[in-house]
Amino acid sequence: MRHLWQGRRIPLSWLLLSRQPVRLLVALAGISFAGILMFMQLGFRDGLFDASVTVHRLFDADLVLISPRSASSVRMAGFPRRRLVQTLADPAVEGVTPVHWGLMLWRNPETRLNRAILALGFNPDDPFFADPSLSNKTEVLKQKGRILFDQLSRPEFGPIADWYREGRTVETEIAGNRIRVEGLVSLGTSFGADGNLLTSTETFLDLSPQKSRGAIEVGLIRLRPGTDPQEVVQRLESRLPADVKVLTKQGFIDFEKNYWKSGTSIGFIFTLGAAMGFVVGCVIVYQVLYTDVSDHLPEYATLMAMGYRLSHLLGVVVREGFYLAVMGYIPAYFAGEGLYWFVRDATRLPVGMDAARALTVGGMILVMCMLSSLLAMRRLVDADPAEIF
Amino acid sequence: MASVELQNLSHSFGRGEMRRQVLQSISLRIDPGEVVLLTGPSGCGKTTLLTLIGALRTVQSGEVTVLGHRLYGAGRRQRQKVRRGIGMIFQGHNLLRCLTAEQNVQMGADLLTGLGYRARRDEARYWLRSVGLEDQMCKLPHDLSGGQKQRVAIARALAAHPRLLLADEPTAALDGATGREVVELLRRLARDQSCAVLMVTHDPRILDVADRLLRMEDGCLLPSEQ
Repeated sequence: MRHLWQGRRIPLSWLLLSRQPVRLLVALAGISFAGILMFMQLGFRDGLFDASVTVHRLFDADLVLISPRSASSVRMAGFPRRRLVQTLADPAVEGVTPVHWGLMLWRNPETRLNRAILALGFNPDDPFFADPSLSNKTEVLKQKGRILFDQLSRPEFGPIADWYREGRTVETEIAGNRIRVEGLVSLGTSFGADGNLLTSTETFLDLSPQKSRGAIEVGLIRLRPGTDPQEVVQRLESRLPADVKVLTKQGFIDFEKNYWKSGTSIGFIFTLGAAMGFVVGCVIVYQVLYTDVSDHLPEYATLMAMGYRLSHLLGVVVREGFYLAVMGYIPAYFAGEGLYWFVRDATRLPVGMDAARALTVGGMILVMCMLSSLLAMRRLVDADPAEIF
Repeated sequence: MASVELQNLSHSFGRGEMRRQVLQSISLRIDPGEVVLLTGPSGCGKTTLLTLIGALRTVQSGEVTVLGHRLYGAGRRQRQKVRRGIGMIFQGHNLLRCLTAEQNVQMGADLLTGLGYRARRDEARYWLRSVGLEDQMCKLPHDLSGGQKQRVAIARALAAHPRLLLADEPTAALDGATGREVVELLRRLARDQSCAVLMVTHDPRILDVADRLLRMEDGCLLPSEQ
């Protein structure tokens, strides 16, 4: 360590950057901009995918039965309720909960406009939420025509939460049936659903008369502690007919995410956006470093004439790129945090900084700066010490 | 051993029809501690000769031995090594704009191997004191006068402990008195280090500092007048 310290030299790369503050600022602004763009695009992408499973995550279940005809949370098909009961024959299965799941047209009580809302219907005596505070609220659903409204729903559904808190009786219509909001819950919006409501099986079926009484959309299965879910999935798959699909809870989450990832162009669009940020950043850093090397070409040639190796000078350019990457990343990171906060506030999407994305963008910025410095180096080879006399 | 020894050095630029001979069988010898001045009309090949001795160009024909290294057929890497033993002072000062006077000189001292950072910095300060700039150490080149810049360039060249100093019209950008002062300084410091000096100049006012005067015309070395 001491030896390294003693061996240090004039920090030429650092001085080249810091003694030209305007150029440094332009470079840093460009890199930060590219970084922010990448944070934004990747954040939106991951946020949207995460948001598509906000409801899925709430379930207290080990396995999930769905119809193979279900494509995603917005197009859930029904399957015979019997299938869920049949799984009880397996010794590993501790309990099952049928869930009705579907989109309904909610009328905004203020503007009288209809909008699709995701409704979950279940037996209020047998709530299935992982969060006990949610399960405690389901008691009120035993009365017909009562629902719990998700207060994180988009404002287009009407000022339901505000009215409810003011103590007003909040009533509106779904498919011509009168319903009353009997409480608030916090679930969160997702891709397919701008809002959510919880209700009892009875009310759910009243609200969607076209659905058959013997069919459910989701069957939740809880296993006895200590059993391997994967094993049970295989066992159930082989015993049950082909009109149901058995998934683990994670499989259920992935099923939904994959729909949005592969079934829509959302992933592509945002990844492309991030790639654009990367390219823009590359162009800016390359431009700055290339100009920098060109401006200092006689000085580099002088150093070569003095006996400095070409590799030493290439190292100067690489270090310049490295410093730019580090200094550009820091503001980009904090701007990203701020941006995520803003997006969460405005869209209620669960967008947040996570370590993986922070590292990805950091890595991208580093690659961007290194790539640009490698390209700018080609200019350095033009430095001919014989020309300076 | 001679610092520089040339035998039948020839050099030309261009190819085919455009080929132009710039140097014609030049032979010359410079001993350690000797100060040699090279004069001649512009375009006679002085600078080309300097770049060949300075190992900045590949030698086309003839024998060139600088500080014991044969330069004919030497590759890029080997020439770079030879250059470490040669101090160069250019017409323009060629200081690094983003470095202070002290840091510029230390860029020269940094070439010394086996010395710690502090020792190299002390070396840089010593040479700045020797050229009389101890109170300008922290100034950037654009805050220094022309003479001061050229003195920093001399300190930088000497800080690498060269055994041969090549200078191309070091006084070109300076007024008479300052030019004279700079050259005197250069000669004194080089002598102390027993460092050979080859200086190209047009300036008739500084010819008397030379131990030996060489004249060139049309790529040929004229016989000495001594």
